[in-house]
Amino acid sequence: MTTETGIGASVRRKEDKRFIIGKGRYLDDITKPGQTYGYFVRSPHAHAKINNFDATEALNAPGVVAVLTGPDLEADGIGPIICGWGITSKDGTPHKAPAHPALAIGHVRYVGHQVALVVGETLQEAKNAAELVEIDYEELPHVVEVGDALAEGAPQIHADVPGNLSFDWELGDKAAAEQAISNAHHVTRMDLRNNRVIPNAMEPRAALSEYDMGTDEITLYTTSQNPHVHRLVLSAFNGVAPEHKLRVIAPDVGGGFGSKIFIYSEETVCAWATKKLNRPIKWTAERSEAFLSDAHGRDHETHAEMAFDSYGKILGLKVSTKANVGCYLSTFASAVPTYLYGTLLNGQYTMPAIYVEVQAGFTNTAPVDAYRGAGRPEATYVVERMIEIGAREMGIDPGEIRKRNFIAPDAYPYETPVIMTYDSGNYALAMDKAQEAIEYQGFEARKAESAQRGKLRGIGYSSFIEACGIAPSAAVGSLGAGVGLWESAQVRFNPTGSVTVFTGSHSHGQGHETTFAQIISDQLGVPIDQVEISHGDTGKVPFGMGTYGSRSLAVGGSAIVKAVDKIVEKSKKIAAHTLEASVEDIEHAHGVFSVAGTDKKMTMAEIAFSAYVPHNYPADVEPGMDETAFYDPLNFTFPAGTHIAEVEIDPETGTTEILDWVAVDDFGNVINPMIVEGQVHGGLAQGIGQALLENCVYDKESGQLLTGSYMDYCMPRADDLPTFRVQTINTPCTTNPLGVKGCGEAGAIAAPAALMNAITNALGKEIDMPATPEKVWRAAQDL
Amino acid sequence: MYDFDYKRPSTLDEAASLINEDSVLLAGGHTLLPTLKQRLAQPETLVDLSAIDSLRGVCPDGDKLAIGAMTTHAEVANKATIPALASLAGGIGDPQVRNRGTIGGSVANNDPAADYPAAVVGLNAVVNTNKRAISADDFFVDLFETALDEGEIITNVTFPTPDAAAYMKFDNPASRYAIVGVMVAKTSGGVRVAVTGAGPCVFRQSEMEAALSGDFSPRALENINVSADGLNSDIHASAEYRANLIKVLAKRAVAQING
Ligand SMILES: Cc1cc2nc3c(=O)[nH]c(=O)nc-3n(C[C@H](O)[C@H](O)[C@H](O)COP(=O)(O)OP(=O)(O)OC[C@H]3O[C@@H](n4cnc5c(N)ncnc54)[C@H](O)[C@@H]3O)c2cc1C
Repeated sequence: MTTETGIGASVRRKEDKRFIIGKGRYLDDITKPGQTYGYFVRSPHAHAKINNFDATEALNAPGVVAVLTGPDLEADGIGPIICGWGITSKDGTPHKAPAHPALAIGHVRYVGHQVALVVGETLQEAKNAAELVEIDYEELPHVVEVGDALAEGAPQIHADVPGNLSFDWELGDKAAAEQAISNAHHVTRMDLRNNRVIPNAMEPRAALSEYDMGTDEITLYTTSQNPHVHRLVLSAFNGVAPEHKLRVIAPDVGGGFGSKIFIYSEETVCAWATKKLNRPIKWTAERSEAFLSDAHGRDHETHAEMAFDSYGKILGLKVSTKANVGCYLSTFASAVPTYLYGTLLNGQYTMPAIYVEVQAGFTNTAPVDAYRGAGRPEATYVVERMIEIGAREMGIDPGEIRKRNFIAPDAYPYETPVIMTYDSGNYALAMDKAQEAIEYQGFEARKAESAQRGKLRGIGYSSFIEACGIAPSAAVGSLGAGVGLWESAQVRFNPTGSVTVFTGSHSHGQGHETTFAQIISDQLGVPIDQVEISHGDTGKVPFGMGTYGSRSLAVGGSAIVKAVDKIVEKSKKIAAHTLEASVEDIEHAHGVFSVAGTDKKMTMAEIAFSAYVPHNYPADVEPGMDETAFYDPLNFTFPAGTHIAEVEIDPETGTTEILDWVAVDDFGNVINPMIVEGQVHGGLAQGIGQALLENCVYDKESGQLLTGSYMDYCMPRADDLPTFRVQTINTPCTTNPLGVKGCGEAGAIAAPAALMNAITNALGKEIDMPATPEKVWRAAQDL
Repeated sequence: MYDFDYKRPSTLDEAASLINEDSVLLAGGHTLLPTLKQRLAQPETLVDLSAIDSLRGVCPDGDKLAIGAMTTHAEVANKATIPALASLAGGIGDPQVRNRGTIGGSVANNDPAADYPAAVVGLNAVVNTNKRAISADDFFVDLFETALDEGEIITNVTFPTPDAAAYMKFDNPASRYAIVGVMVAKTSGGVRVAVTGAGPCVFRQSEMEAALSGDFSPRALENINVSADGLNSDIHASAEYRANLIKVLAKRAVAQING
């Protein structure tokens, strides 16, 4: 009955109208009476001591309201920026997270480090005054690469972190992995670099804070993926205001990709300063500030060894990674290279022994934290490059070697040696479909044709797996998380039968206003235009954990289903009363409640009306139709699939053209295939960007960010990308009521390995990401 | 951006009278405005040339093509009767840039990675100003430096129609300026090969010009050893790689001309 707007329908995105007609309300669109403008003075140095700070002249400049510093924050008892996930090192000690004041005190530790907030009546005045702030810096030695930072004799970044080592973590069975390697028929050994990237959401980060003296309440508008987490941390740890006196609103947010999960200095300072100055303060990052101070992604140096038997069966994997965490531990920085990385090194395969160790090192660079995929792209890159290279070294077809190692479809639940239990999957099916779609059999002929034109053709696989639906609270709690990772939903019927759903998830491009409405439309028979999805305002929505880790549908959507279950249960009682039947005899389908075996029925709208106008109503049922549910997932979900890329290289210039891309992804059940395809496209663009174009470069000599604008940092553009050929297979997830797995990160996770496997297949040689024209040219020319 | 005065004269003379050491000419603004926004320059006055009609247009003039300084890249791409020039202009930046940026602004700015310098030198054009005519070989002096005097205004650039020409560009993947761009032209004065992007300033590759004068074929360039000495090296491309691209692109330009 609701097929056109129900589960499985490619409903057009309800939210797009306002975005397309320019009526989206992003942070900078919001203005408050009496608003001032904040501008941050930032460090021009990678590492320096602040010998003197003098704002006298700045304070005298026209239109200046205040110049605020780290010591001011400290004096007001505002706590430092925190890391919310504790990691324990091999030796049992907790990770080292040096104090991170929201504005620098005494030292600056990266270019772009926030030193002071200048508040002006206009932005221009704030900026003019910022130039008048005089800071006497004494430059100190710096280090930007993690390998260098962890080496003997490296410059010491924090007095209380010897050797710049935050933690030295391990997972798995070292002895078993080493034994597998020493007994193996063949061992593939590689050094792999997972290059550092800058997220570049289209809307830069921003904050607008406002204090109401009458109610003593602070309202903080900010570009957040998880406004309740912002409120919790700003209250409990930074002490900006008690939780009930702080309202955080994340309005329309123009992309996040992880970078807007974190609680940053800028919004913390604005939230505090608005009360201090009793003026609204707006800060909107310029693009160059975004480059400098958004949390960056990836940045691993890895050595891996994969052991095979003579048939190409994997016997063991040993991985040693140095992860660059930047100059401070950001909100989830410690979880990304550990529990979101090591736990996925099993891939789609039966791997009897796995061992991973990760050293996290501080450097004089921006903090590094979760970026689309967060840890899982790094894991997939290791596994999928290693198996591909192993296949090459052993002379086995890369598709074939994967098939020999896939976990069988009847082996679920499957427990890996790295603490994950996969609930479901069908890896060989995805592989077969991908090979068929790309016409794998015809590749050699296509390669020969390219060779005739002087071009090198290559094909590459990535059979990725990810852990999404983050995550069971007890599980993450036992691994060090400071929070639970459940989700909330409130389904509120209005008396006239329309519905408002309040969700703790936050949409910043994902299309929740459509997908979530489809669930309601499907299950309760409400026309989709009668369903409103409300999110992003802690003043409206029940406490929720937000959107990241492809969790919104699997966790937030499941919470909606749980709330719907309560609505149905209550509605059955009302229907039974009204229709004079027993509750057991009421059957429900898509919002129609009928008495079994009769033609007596009530619609959801009729029941909702009677719940608000309870003239004839069961005595033991509360009026109203408004149910809230909290859902804690039973397990992670495990989306997986096979991507195959085909490329052609011009050996004279080193240019890589992506000729074809096939993605076969198992996302479990799919609510809106069009949105899923869009998510895959976006993820692929970012994954391809990382492998081919994007690269964050800090100058070793000066510590300056060399790729601080689009003149030097290359974002993928439409003409860099091929026409993607995207399919899904649908093995339902067995651990959530919708059977869904999540699709937001798959493309970014799968793509880098597929593309690098294709490029190195064409070259017959291994190179690291990004495969820039010069790097490819050098490999092609044997230079 | 610091505060400044804004003037929009309607004649060239008026513009000339407004120019002094504290004022700057404004054309498309695609280089100047980012500089102002980053507070890297602090002019007192911007003298906008956009109301001076005589500075705009693509005008055939016998065997020459005169292009007004304020003509946008998009207009040149659509109207220039020299195909290599039209295609060069059509490959600058993106549609927004092509509809704002001007030939006068580009040539005056002399960005080492800009495309137009290769056309001006490769096609042996003349840069005309409100004071004089400057030949291409004399105009581009060094990195961001030209033969223009302080306050001198480019009025147009005249391109002699070549017998044949082709421009090959290898884009910087990020900015899409030229990592290397090579214009090869058969002109009445002989073969010209102009290279942009590779060095601090556009230059002629005389060895290639000589080789192509004898044998206008890609083969003639095969044995030329392009030296990396003095070429640019940055995070996008080393001097050695740029040297390779000069040769590859020159061969491709010749191949295109030969059909
Ligand atoms: C995103 C982007 C991408 C770009 N990509 C490319 C590319 O691929 N290739 C390329 O070649 N260029 C590229 N450009 C540069 C652009 O095309 C313009 O050529 C350049 O910005 C200068 O032209 P303008 O008209 O904008 O000049 P303006 O910025 O207005 O002026 C530049 C300078 O020239 C002076 N000037 C302007 N007109 C005159 C005149 N008539 N006489 C004397 N002096 C004058 C000004 O005073 C100023 O100093 C790009 C620019 C951007 C922003």
